[in-house]
Amino acid sequence: MSFFIETVLGGLMVGLLYSLIALGFVLIFKASGVFNFAQGAMVLFAALAMARFAEWIPGWIGIENQLVANTLAFVLAAVLMFVAAWLIVRLVLRHLVNQDIATLLMVTLGIAYFLEGFGQTVFGSSIYKIDVGMPKDPVIILEGVFEGGVLLNLEDIVAGLIAAALVAALALFFQKTSTGRALRAVADDHQAAQSIGIPLNRIWVIVWCVAGVTALVAGIIWGSKLGVQFSLALVALRALPVVILGGLTSVPGAIVAGLIIGVGEKVSEVYLGPYVGGGIEIWFAYVLALVVLLFRPQGLFGEKIIDRV
Amino acid sequence: MARKIGDVILDLKNVSLRFGGVKALTEVSFDVREHEIRAIIGPNGAGKSSMLNVINGVYTPQEGQIVLRGERFTKMSPYQAARRGIARTFQSLALFKGMSALDNIMAGRTLHMKSNLLAQALRWPSAWKEELAHRARVEEIIDFLEIQHIRKTPVGRLPYGLQKRVDLGRALALEPEILLLDEPMAGMNLEEKQDMCRFILDVNDQFGATVVLIEHDMGVVMDISDRVVVLDYGKKIGDGAPDEVRRNEQVISAYLGVGHS
Repeated sequence: MSFFIETVLGGLMVGLLYSLIALGFVLIFKASGVFNFAQGAMVLFAALAMARFAEWIPGWIGIENQLVANTLAFVLAAVLMFVAAWLIVRLVLRHLVNQDIATLLMVTLGIAYFLEGFGQTVFGSSIYKIDVGMPKDPVIILEGVFEGGVLLNLEDIVAGLIAAALVAALALFFQKTSTGRALRAVADDHQAAQSIGIPLNRIWVIVWCVAGVTALVAGIIWGSKLGVQFSLALVALRALPVVILGGLTSVPGAIVAGLIIGVGEKVSEVYLGPYVGGGIEIWFAYVLALVVLLFRPQGLFGEKIIDRV
Repeated sequence: MARKIGDVILDLKNVSLRFGGVKALTEVSFDVREHEIRAIIGPNGAGKSSMLNVINGVYTPQEGQIVLRGERFTKMSPYQAARRGIARTFQSLALFKGMSALDNIMAGRTLHMKSNLLAQALRWPSAWKEELAHRARVEEIIDFLEIQHIRKTPVGRLPYGLQKRVDLGRALALEPEILLLDEPMAGMNLEEKQDMCRFILDVNDQFGATVVLIEHDMGVVMDISDRVVVLDYGKKIGDGAPDEVRRNEQVISAYLGVGHS
């Protein structure tokens, strides 16, 4: 029993991290109706910036203090993501107002390749580590209930709490502020949004900044677990089925779907894996997403597609 | 309350608009006076929507000027137009489909919202009070347009006539001085058309807004507008009171065709 709980908890933690990346997709989709293929590249870029800045900063300012270095690196990396967001809107999206969705989609692919290449040119392409002082020790809880207790990673718990806080803040932002309403309006119709005085460019910069910060947080957490390297951009692929399962437009959907897939992956790997030769973890999420699509094309929480004919 | 037609508020001078080799508008000039209902009519493809899009800043004319309350523009953006009190509705509906009727109209208040993001997210008393004030204003518009019953319905689910009303409501929420209506009665049945006419007259009367409207169907327009501009193939062929325009030879031939002997 305690092994099962450990598996589920482990799955929940991984799931939350998927949710974090999925959130980046959902944010940009909600605000511009574009599926942002560059989200993975943004995670990689942000994590690279964080890792390298933390390494370089002690040399620049001459203070050998990890906390100072990490804080400064975080701020610098966030500023870098803001600048990137501003540039993307200014140089690319601004010129594509009212264009076809396919055009915007291709553009995000272009942005993805550019960010991957540019990031590795500037920051290097080896494996780097991010050490933000996450507690690495395992803790054992519920010793009184089960024999041997339940083994937990403190790191995962901290990561989970950070993700949860970020998600709560975003939900508040979207549902309770007039900027949130403006964002939803822009997603529905660019032209109409402009005609009632919603500043399209400013809204886009805001969303890409928020998506950039989400990418940074996701990048730091994943990076401190796995190390920062090119494969981080591919973690975003693991988040794709999460987005589809949760519905492209739903912030809570991304969270719940992330948790479902995280737990599903781990449990199926551990309990079904031995019978089919293992490796379920890799495709489980996609199969689950496909099955959900059969019954609910808009995802679990997505806006129902209403079309009057 | 007798409505008083004031001075010229919007003046278009020699506006020409081309898309490549296609001349959408050729040297069109006309003015709009404060508080009047000004119609732009013409057959299909006459350049009516282009004209509206020029006023609203969606298109930038190659030549000519727009003078708004004495201020000259050669270029305007939809956002600037909104800030300067010009609101519009759309011919092919452009509502925020996933949002409720109420949220659509609330979105129209964007420019009037003052409190900052943080205050709103945390529901500080000042921000909360502001939200309530806007909500009260929006409820007045909802009452005015008689759409109380569909307040919470996602607009994508509403029948066409009601969507048109929500579109009008969203434009009204901006508290515009000039309201541009792009074929407000297209695709409506007679009853819906009559309702829409009543709303337009009331908007003009109660909200004091200047109305510029495009229509395809001459009959309706003649009854409600003060002055009418007639366009054909991007050129102005008539301008004046409805009765004058109705007797204009060029207008009659544009609508009925010229006899070739």
